[in-house]
Amino acid sequence: MALLTCRNLALGYEGHAIVKDLNFEIDSGDYLCIVGENGSGKSTLMKTILGLQSPLDGKIITGDGFKQTEIGYLPQQTVIQRDFPASVWEIVLSGCLNRTGIRPFYSKDEKREAREIIEKLGMTPYIKSCYRNLSGGQQQRVLLARALCATGKMLLLDEPVTGLDPIVTAEIYDIVCRLNREDGITVVMISHDIEAAMKYATKVIHIGKTVFCGSKDEYLSSVEARLFIKDGEENG
Amino acid sequence: MADLFDKLILYFHYPFVIYALIVGILIALCSSLLGVTLVLKRFSFIGDGLSHVAFGAMALAAVFNLTNNMPFVLAVTVISAVLLLQLGQNAKIKGDAAIAMISVGALAIGYLLLNLFSKSSNISGDVCSTLFGSTSILTLTTAEVWICGVLSVITVVVFIVFYNKIFAVTFDENFARATGTRASLYNLLIAVIIAVIIVLAMNLVGSLLISALVIFPALSAMRVFKTFRSVTVCSAVVSVISAFTGIIVSIMAGTPVGSTIVAVDIFVFLIFFIAGVIKGEIKR
Repeated sequence: MALLTCRNLALGYEGHAIVKDLNFEIDSGDYLCIVGENGSGKSTLMKTILGLQSPLDGKIITGDGFKQTEIGYLPQQTVIQRDFPASVWEIVLSGCLNRTGIRPFYSKDEKREAREIIEKLGMTPYIKSCYRNLSGGQQQRVLLARALCATGKMLLLDEPVTGLDPIVTAEIYDIVCRLNREDGITVVMISHDIEAAMKYATKVIHIGKTVFCGSKDEYLSSVEARLFIKDGEENG
Repeated sequence: MADLFDKLILYFHYPFVIYALIVGILIALCSSLLGVTLVLKRFSFIGDGLSHVAFGAMALAAVFNLTNNMPFVLAVTVISAVLLLQLGQNAKIKGDAAIAMISVGALAIGYLLLNLFSKSSNISGDVCSTLFGSTSILTLTTAEVWICGVLSVITVVVFIVFYNKIFAVTFDENFARATGTRASLYNLLIAVIIAVIIVLAMNLVGSLLISALVIFPALSAMRVFKTFRSVTVCSAVVSVISAFTGIIVSIMAGTPVGSTIVAVDIFVFLIFFIAGVIKGEIKR
């Protein structure tokens, strides 16, 4: 069974649907890219998958013992975070919070795991550094580490390379790709970067005037892709 | 100098001075704890709004001639905190506008009620001491000292127990919510703690100066320290020292307690500000 199945989803605000009849499955090990124009409903879909917003219609079903709260979420930076006094350690460890339940403090196991994840993402030298003094790429690594503390199964990344230079962008894509291929973590990524999406993705959801859900190969030969990719080339 | 010291010793023989110091330090400790969260979550305006609501409640208590008005004021303020939080999240009127409406409304109605119904001969004196806390910390009854003490201790314990959750919800509410932390519950908890702190702090600095007591220590600490824990600890220490110094100075010099404490807080902020600039220069 798929980790997460969406059936006949309708998304939107205050009863007004932006997207209707969305049907797709996310299987374990997938690398799913959600693409589409601005305002097409990508973020709404993301919030619905995360359970931050309820769908207007339809259902989200989880399977294989996967719970909706086990999605590791890498959000876009908020204004608050730009001047927040917090160390890398404090932020990464906060990803373990969903496991503490009513226990007020973190256990030794959780701390050890957080340390290992920080090491894996190459952030050990910065463990005591202040988050707001890090570069954009380092900040993304910190948030990625936090997301990994929250899950070993599925990552949801919201435009993770916005505002990063090409070298750092490549690094972030590389890390995510390795997590997907080597550790078998399912990746769901909202992306503007159609080129990179086509390079790494196994599945694509395109939200626009029409909706496409399917494998990458199917997508490349679809009408939506032809229009969208051509548009992108003309604009870029 | 020796004279000053003798005078201080003499004052320490009065129980009300000891009470004032103990309660003042406890209140300062509590009020500093949530400062960082308030500043960063842009909740500071809620603090301001609630302090005015507390003033209105105080006026109402005076009209009804309640002898021990703290439980009443506390209840009204906690309920208002919960309501304001709900309003801020999903109302047609924007959160900050709603808060501005309620806070100045409470202030105006409170003053009006006092003028119409109060039997006191010195209304402007009463109002002044409620707004600026001129002497109230020195005139607390034993019961009030106990309430303040117990509430302060509960606040500190709750803060420590929920420290990690409060951090997560402050830093990134959406992430916390998405990974199964009940963020709205903790927002509610934060709002209730703020309400309790405000009612406590009203005794110390009066309702107009509460925000200063909550925000200055946190802002000072944030100039110099870079992790959430060190900022929290530092602001608690700063707040306690400022309150202690402020109370002593006000007793010795006969100045109003609340504004003296806030003046010390501002002075400390300036020192930390300069220290932060110097620290930044050295790093470069």
